[in-house]
Amino acid sequence: MEYIEIIGAVVTLIGTIFLFLGSLGLIRMPDVFNRIQTGTKATTLGTMLTLLGIGLIHLDWAGKIIVLIIFVLVTNPVSSHVLARAAHYIGIPLTSKTVVDKMAQKPAITVKKGDKLKEED
Amino acid sequence: MKFKNIILSFILLFVTWMLLNNKFDIQIVGVGLVVSLFVSFAVCSKCEIFSKVNVSPKGIIYFFLYFFVFMGELIKSNLDVARRVIAPSLPINPGIVEVETQLKTKIGRLVLANSITLTPGTLSMDIKDDKIFVHWINVTDADKENATKEIVAKFEKYLKVIYG
Repeated sequence: MEYIEIIGAVVTLIGTIFLFLGSLGLIRMPDVFNRIQTGTKATTLGTMLTLLGIGLIHLDWAGKIIVLIIFVLVTNPVSSHVLARAAHYIGIPLTSKTVVDKMAQKPAITVKKGDKLKEED
Repeated sequence: MKFKNIILSFILLFVTWMLLNNKFDIQIVGVGLVVSLFVSFAVCSKCEIFSKVNVSPKGIIYFFLYFFVFMGELIKSNLDVARRVIAPSLPINPGIVEVETQLKTKIGRLVLANSITLTPGTLSMDIKDDKIFVHWINVTDADKENATKEIVAKFEKYLKVIYG
């Protein structure tokens, strides 16, 4: 086994760890927006590192891998932004831990750090 | 600035084609040149997506600086998410705040919103004129100016040079 293949394998492993943490976040987070947060960040870097590792193992695929990485990097935030926006517009509730929601047309609640949120009616 | 659009889209198409093929045959280069020239003339003779992009040496240097800053933030954001997910108490303090951008062009705002999404604990949700609504996983300050300073400023100084 060549040196660069070992590096590629390690990079792929790190990528899959990030992907695993992202999916763990999907289960653990309390509402849809926080789930999208973890989902986007972890899948972007996880996919990038996984692809990069494969590119290091198969050096002749490097060009295609670079195109794929750029594509993932550009499109992943857009899709998550659209999901979050649509979720907010159809009124999916935020978690009770939420401290402020400037997007709602109601007057903003001012909450200091550590204060408990009053329930809105 | 019609030619700038055509030239930039030609370079983009041609580089993508070469990366996908990954070899330097005369046939492949020839086909790539002809097809990407044709496509960029046919499609991009009226588009204006690249017209505000700064291609002077300063713009290019700032593009690379921006790229490194962005990569650092991406890795930081992943470590941050990993820490929050693993911690048993789930330390989140989420909220939606409003930030303001000084970027004028559409592509600049697009890149800024994408960068915000990929940086620690923030997710851009909606954009109205120069206001971006950001879902922030750990709200430290809901005030507009302070949130802008915290979230936007680190990218804006580079993007202002590149995209205006």
